[in-house]
Amino acid sequence: MPPAVTLASAATAGGFLLVLAIILPAAGVLLALAFGRHAERIALLLMPAGFAIAIAILADVWHSQASLVAVMGGWAPPLGIALRADGLSAMMLVTTALVICAVGLFARGDFGMPAGGGEARAPLVFWTMLMGVWSALNAIWLGRDLFNLYVALELLTFSAVPLVCLDGRAETLAAALRYLLFALVGSVLYLLGVALFYGAYGTLDIGLLAGRVRAEPVVWVSAALMTAGLLAKTALFPLHLWLPPAHAGAPAAASAVLSALVVKGSFFLAVRLWFDVLPGLPGVPAAQALGTLGAAAIIFGSVLALRQERLKLLIAYSTIAQIGYLFLLFPLSTGAAAAGIWGSVAWTGGVYQLVSHAIAKAAMFMAAGLIGEALGHDRIAGLGGIGRALPMTIFAFGLGGMSLMGLPPSGGFVAKLMLLTASVTEGQWWWAVVILLGGLLAAAYVFRVLAPALAGADEPLRLCARVSRRREAVVLALAVGALLLGLLPLRPSELLQIGRPAAPTAIMR
Amino acid sequence: MSTGFALDAGLVLDAGLAALVLAVAVGAIVAGTAFAAVVGFVTYGLLLALVWVRLAAVDVALTEAAIGSGVTGAVLIAAAARLRPAEARSAAERPGVPLRLAAAVLSALVAAGLAMLVLLPSAPAPSLGPAAAVHLPELAIGNPVTAVLLAYRAIDTLLEKIVLLLALLGVWSLAPDRFWGGAPGQPHAAQQDGALALLARLLPPVGIVVGVYILWVGAVAPGGAFQGGAILAAMWILVMIAGLRDAPATGGRRVRLLLVVGPAVFLAVGLAGFVVADGFLAYPASYAKPLIIAIEVVLTLSIAVILGLLASGPPGRERQR
Repeated sequence: MPPAVTLASAATAGGFLLVLAIILPAAGVLLALAFGRHAERIALLLMPAGFAIAIAILADVWHSQASLVAVMGGWAPPLGIALRADGLSAMMLVTTALVICAVGLFARGDFGMPAGGGEARAPLVFWTMLMGVWSALNAIWLGRDLFNLYVALELLTFSAVPLVCLDGRAETLAAALRYLLFALVGSVLYLLGVALFYGAYGTLDIGLLAGRVRAEPVVWVSAALMTAGLLAKTALFPLHLWLPPAHAGAPAAASAVLSALVVKGSFFLAVRLWFDVLPGLPGVPAAQALGTLGAAAIIFGSVLALRQERLKLLIAYSTIAQIGYLFLLFPLSTGAAAAGIWGSVAWTGGVYQLVSHAIAKAAMFMAAGLIGEALGHDRIAGLGGIGRALPMTIFAFGLGGMSLMGLPPSGGFVAKLMLLTASVTEGQWWWAVVILLGGLLAAAYVFRVLAPALAGADEPLRLCARVSRRREAVVLALAVGALLLGLLPLRPSELLQIGRPAAPTAIMR
Repeated sequence: MSTGFALDAGLVLDAGLAALVLAVAVGAIVAGTAFAAVVGFVTYGLLLALVWVRLAAVDVALTEAAIGSGVTGAVLIAAAARLRPAEARSAAERPGVPLRLAAAVLSALVAAGLAMLVLLPSAPAPSLGPAAAVHLPELAIGNPVTAVLLAYRAIDTLLEKIVLLLALLGVWSLAPDRFWGGAPGQPHAAQQDGALALLARLLPPVGIVVGVYILWVGAVAPGGAFQGGAILAAMWILVMIAGLRDAPATGGRRVRLLLVVGPAVFLAVGLAGFVVADGFLAYPASYAKPLIIAIEVVLTLSIAVILGLLASGPPGRERQR
């Protein structure tokens, strides 16, 4: 039996942390519903605790150099369900906690409960759904059972969709409905694949499945169905149509969560599917196909971002492009020399992109929210002089932009450099061309915003609202975090290899 | 000879059922009006429940009939009735031929892929059925489906209940701000006589007994919290539609507590497992059955209230204080 099996069925001492990472925000949902007018306080109190749990898991994984495992109810897989935190999960847990806490601090201004002490619609829905998103994402990072992961995906969808139409305008309702339809079709396709896997191999546990799958029609059909479903939820080109109106129409704090984290959940499952469930199968054509769609997304999303008139739509189209980079991970680490160390470079680069885009994009969406609040609109042509009014916010937007372009020393630079290195050493130079072109286009659309923002206004700028320094500081702190990510030594690369017996990096050893 | 005859009769029944399900499905897709499509959908759900019975999946059949057909049907009928004035206008906005063709091709592809897998010769499918049955004595319950839902895969069931709550909050979030906390929709005109009023007076006493029975019997036979809760919800919806009782205010303290009590108790018992048993959602030996039944009782309450309120729609009236 492969080592993954024994790993998955033996619980470790720190396993309760994994349970708490999922259950704490879920308890927050229940508390917020029961005591509606305290929803904001409940969420803000749970945030430091959730953050501490994520850090504790990361520390535990790092110190023990092994995965953390929890077995639910003492029922070992295949009958029961296990949770497992490998290095990758730990990294995603901390990233999620960081972004959620920053969004929570930022949203205190937007979604405070009314002064009268009663309960109001938008705050209750926002704080409850934020807890729901957090619980769902942690369940996705930790899940080891394909159906348990389906439940987590549903939790994610039903907490994310209402965030889109919080303001209740007709166009955001339409955007939310479109998002819901795409997401539900994605769920059905994923579930169909899960059922086929169970029917063929009698288990849903990822570790056990990895030891049982063979190259046969049922595997290809289920993998295709699940991948298609996950791509629809991730908004990979050409299934991206729902994303721009949904992410641009949501309130800034919600956009930050949706763009930074929610679309990454389904991407992460695609990674789990191809690298953990099907590691032994020759997936070169599938990997090339995913890479091609990713490359198309980079070009298409960047060009469309360049042509937008409104700031939030520009950022939303940029998300489509940045998602494209993630999918270069597939051809670059399952390619011809998959067993080589360069697979590991692509792997690390892809995960770096996942984390740095999450942090940078959350900062940029929140910066756009502050700009929109100050100006009363978010037309790019009307940004003149805003740099003088909100210097911290514009600076944060610029720092986030550096990560999108891939300028040193940002996290995005490291990510894109690694992907570039991998494509050159893999002999797949065509991806390198796309990566460079995407960087140029990103520079163009970021400067399209910065140029008017830093230029003087034709007439004295009149601000609609005062923007709180505290909220500006939160955005700046997050943007600086995205920048500093690039200065970390290559520790993440070691972290990512913890608990990955089936990963391409381990095959060579 | 007699077994051969029984086999043939079963085969004929199944073939007829399959043909009927397909015909009703096609009928629902090509139906001219939304209302006709909904009627087709409800019929389709009921026939599908029969298919599940034929496949010996009685728990699935119960759920399909109660949720897939019953509660969903009620929601869709209400939606179709509300959309009727705008239906002629929206007919002009129907998706174009290319889009519909693409949808048809995609569906056909998926169906062909599945058909291929079913028709390919393959080894008998492995199953966790025997393993699920082996541990039933430890839990002192007789229904393996309940064991899967409340023990082996209890975390899925717990998280699904949170999904239901978030779905309800998502529906509520569509309400205008001024109605927040108020009762859903408009009150239905009380019907003193007529078939609906009669049904709403006669059916609930029977339905409530059946719902409670289904909940109780879930420990040893097909049934359980979800099926029982769905039947109770259907009775409540019937009473509301007939105007005999109005829907409660969505912001009421008691309503909120009923909504969360099931998942909250489930979660509390799960956390207690850290202390009194070996981990989250583990039951201490010999207390498994009473704990499972206690969880199912409160879950049934919450599920009934959630489903009843989901079918009632977003708040539509100002809150009376």
